[in-house]
Amino acid sequence: MAEPLPPRTPFGLAEPLRRRIGPVGIVERFDLALVSLAERQGKAEAFATAARAAGIPLPGPARRAEAPPFAAFWVAPGMWFVEAPLDTHPDPVAALKPVFGAAASLSEQTDAWVRLELAAGDLAPLLERLCNVDYATAPDGFATRTLIEHLGCYLIRLGPGAATLLGPRSSAESLLHAIETAAAAIA
Amino acid sequence: MLIPHPLLGPRDAQEFVYLGDAALIDRPDGTAAGIEAFHDYLYLRDNPAGQHRELWYHEQGDRSWLVVTRDTVTHEILKAELARDVALARGRGR
Repeated sequence: MAEPLPPRTPFGLAEPLRRRIGPVGIVERFDLALVSLAERQGKAEAFATAARAAGIPLPGPARRAEAPPFAAFWVAPGMWFVEAPLDTHPDPVAALKPVFGAAASLSEQTDAWVRLELAAGDLAPLLERLCNVDYATAPDGFATRTLIEHLGCYLIRLGPGAATLLGPRSSAESLLHAIETAAAAIA
Repeated sequence: MLIPHPLLGPRDAQEFVYLGDAALIDRPDGTAAGIEAFHDYLYLRDNPAGQHRELWYHEQGDRSWLVVTRDTVTHEILKAELARDVALARGRGR
């Protein structure tokens, strides 16, 4: 009989990664399921109705909204990334497909991204070294795609000292290196 | 250079990829319009010193196509619209 395969984080570890560099704390999370939700052409009304019925928020451009157990952020016109706890929604596509039917296209994103929670008294000095987002003036709930080093990432502002960063899973080590280098520079 | 994205506000031009003349939106029917029209669509471009409408793709952003009106002499950007809205306004299906 095959040996059970233990799940590994994007960093190849058994436990979520935790780092502290000077004022900056980095904590990895992999307890959230992620799915992309795209409105199909000409189905706007059915799409909005289904989202309301499922309790999924549909925030406007460059915004994130929460409605537990769901949270969603805008990624493109008519398209959102929806988050839900992995233990209650282990297969988010199967859970949402019956709700939206032909009104939406869904694709599993959970294992495509590494999710890092950044914390510091003020994250602006770190993020202005990493990307071109004007973090200091962005409102809370601001969510955008941006470029860190060569990696396309989603940056979500939760507060002046708290942010979520979603980066490509296969480049998790490179992304961490970029953050650690910038954090060391301001430490 | 900053591009005023219609949905996201001013964005750095390095987030975008440049495609070229916005006339690419108006592709003639290759079988009905005739070879000359399709040849002109494929190979002939105006090269104005002044206002130019061009397609930009927001690759490191929301992945939308924009029609940007730019002055090729001063690099001033006069207008940015979603290419989708431009195509719909011309009676295209999408």
